[in-house]
Amino acid sequence: MQLQKAKFEYLLRMGDNALILGQRLAEWLGHGPQLEEDIASANVSLDLLGQARLWLTYAGKVEGRGRGEDALAFRRDQHEFRNCTMVELPNGMRSERDYAFTIVRRVLFDAFQRALLPRLAQSADAEIAAIAAKSGKENDYHWRHSSDWMIRFGDGTEESHRRAQAALDALWGYTAELFVSDSIDRSAAAAQLAPAADSLREAWLAAVEPVIAQATLSVPAATRFLSTGKTGTHSEHLGYVLAEMQFLQRAYPNAQW
Amino acid sequence: MVAASLDAAQVWRVLARIPDPEIPVITITELGIVRDVRLESGIVEVSITPTYSGCPAMDMIERDVVASLLQAGFSEVRVRTVLSPTWTTDWIAEEAKARLREFGIAPPARRTAGVDAQRVHLHTRAVPCPKCGSAQTERVSEFGSTACKAHYRCLECLEPFDYFKPL
Repeated sequence: MQLQKAKFEYLLRMGDNALILGQRLAEWLGHGPQLEEDIASANVSLDLLGQARLWLTYAGKVEGRGRGEDALAFRRDQHEFRNCTMVELPNGMRSERDYAFTIVRRVLFDAFQRALLPRLAQSADAEIAAIAAKSGKENDYHWRHSSDWMIRFGDGTEESHRRAQAALDALWGYTAELFVSDSIDRSAAAAQLAPAADSLREAWLAAVEPVIAQATLSVPAATRFLSTGKTGTHSEHLGYVLAEMQFLQRAYPNAQW
Repeated sequence: MVAASLDAAQVWRVLARIPDPEIPVITITELGIVRDVRLESGIVEVSITPTYSGCPAMDMIERDVVASLLQAGFSEVRVRTVLSPTWTTDWIAEEAKARLREFGIAPPARRTAGVDAQRVHLHTRAVPCPKCGSAQTERVSEFGSTACKAHYRCLECLEPFDYFKPL
């Protein structure tokens, strides 16, 4: 694959992961289980939105067709999004909002960022390295917050334990996608822009497994399920996220604050 | 040459009077986010770095920088955002930390290498209460009223307070 195209696609993956998870977390605004957690979700959402802006701005520059962060965030359709499927899932499985589900997803994602960002901070591309270093520092706090809550939920009441385990069982299969190296990952790795996706699983497990153990939860069994969001084939949920997130720019193209 | 360096010093003096929009007791230069000032053929270029990548105050800071320098007589001002090296709370001036404390915000502890290593933190280092100085405090939430602060409470004087997170 042509390097510039692979770099653009890789940057979209980084930006879209942050953007879509940030949007999902923003849905908690005013609905958090307690005031502090409402604020925490909003803070993490804001950090992710800031990171998404940096990644997408750079993606637009690399693409060289004059698309800025707003054009990429608000004027692409779902098949053009490159986020992993896990981040677009609703905030709960059986109800609109389940905080255990939201936290467990964050643990799995924050741990992935924890494995990825320090490696990306060594990228041969100075801009990628700078954004990754910045994001990595913020992710340390996100991870502390999410892993802390997962332990409380897992090692909490019978109900919180049950919900945390159900969330982990439901989400585990979606993590396989994160560690599949396709032609984009391979091109990026060959040019030393990014680490190969399949080289990250060990560090991810090393972060996630002790938290699962401390939370008295069990690691779900592996399945053959493989989601494909990062290649642009998404679940039925992403369309709804975009319908809300993109409404203003779709209704009033190029509107400015 | 002499004139140019005088003018750059003048730029710094103007910047040193611009308060942070969210924590007005410290200025943007004390916060350590002004990274560079360049003055070439009458055009001022100020490089700033964000504290947190999603910090909503950055746009306002950029506007304040432009407005203050135009008002001080510079005719063309550009603001550039730089990401590397990443901002750290260790760049906050010591005098500013004292003012943070007086304002009711516990200043950030110095970052020591390896503190954030792989460990899961359920308890963090003691953060002294900015009101009574007691070390008997507890973290209420990792996230507070702005991206850069955590929410704490003092177990001695019972006051809640913000802690400027070390980054």
